[in-house]
Amino acid sequence: MLLNQFLLLAAVLFCIGVYGVLARRNGVMVLMSIELILNAVNINLVAFGAYRDAIAGQVFALFVIAIAAAEVGVGLAIVLLLYRNRASIDLDTVDSMKG
Amino acid sequence: MVAQNVTFGLLAAVIVVAALRVVTTRNVVHAALYLVVVLAGVGANFLLLGAEFIGVTQILVYIGAIVVLFLFGIMLTRAPIGTTVRLTNASWPSSLVVSIGLAAVLGYVLVDYFGDEELPENTRQLTATVSDSIFADYLVPFEVVSILLTAALIGAIVIARRD
Repeated sequence: MLLNQFLLLAAVLFCIGVYGVLARRNGVMVLMSIELILNAVNINLVAFGAYRDAIAGQVFALFVIAIAAAEVGVGLAIVLLLYRNRASIDLDTVDSMKG
Repeated sequence: MVAQNVTFGLLAAVIVVAALRVVTTRNVVHAALYLVVVLAGVGANFLLLGAEFIGVTQILVYIGAIVVLFLFGIMLTRAPIGTTVRLTNASWPSSLVVSIGLAAVLGYVLVDYFGDEELPENTRQLTATVSDSIFADYLVPFEVVSILLTAALIGAIVIARRD
C-alpha cells in the first residue's frame, strides 16, 4: 500500500469538512463537518505512524478522539443554549456582535 | 497486497460519497446517519493500517457515543426533520471554490513530496504497545486529557441546564 493513498483520502475528507463548515447554516451540521475534519487528521496521524513505525501516531490519534468527544459535548451545549434563547439554530442569524 | 488495495479502494469510495452526502443532504437526520457510514469507513481504514486499538476505539467512541449525542442534539433543537428547508447559506459557491482550491493544493503537495512511497509490509501495532506507550511516555498528557474531558463535560452540563 502506498502512503499517499491514505494521505489523499484524508485530504479529500478534510476539504469536504471545510466545505461543510463554511456552507452549512444549521449549527448541528457544522459540528458534524468538524467531525469530518478531525477524522481526516486521525487518518493522517495513523498513516504516518504506520509509515515511520512510530507508536506516537496512534497515541495522538487517541488524544484527538478524546478531544473530539469533549468538543462535541460543549458544542452541542452551546447550540442548545442558542436554540433556547432564539428558537432557531440558523447560524446566519447569530450576528448580534456584528459591528 | 492486492486484496488490501481493493479493500482500500472500496472504502475510500464509500467514505467520499457518504461524506459528500453529509455536507449536501437536506435532511438533518440523514446527515447524521451518513456520518455513521463515514466514521465506520475511517475505522475500517485504521484496521487496514494495522492500528487495531484505534479502529475499535473509533467504533466505540464515535459511532457509539458521538453520533448518539448528535441525534440528541437534532432532537432537542427540533431541527426540521424530513423537510426540504435550505440548510446551506447563500455563500455556498464561494465555499465550494475554497474547498476545491484547498483540495488541489493539498493533492499537489502530497503527490509532489511523497510520490509513491510504500508503507512497510507489516504495519501492525499491537494494543499492548499502545498502552505501554500511553502509560510510560505519554502519561502526563494522558492525565491532562482526562482532566480536560471531565472539565468539558461539566462545562457542557452547566451551559445546557435549565435554571
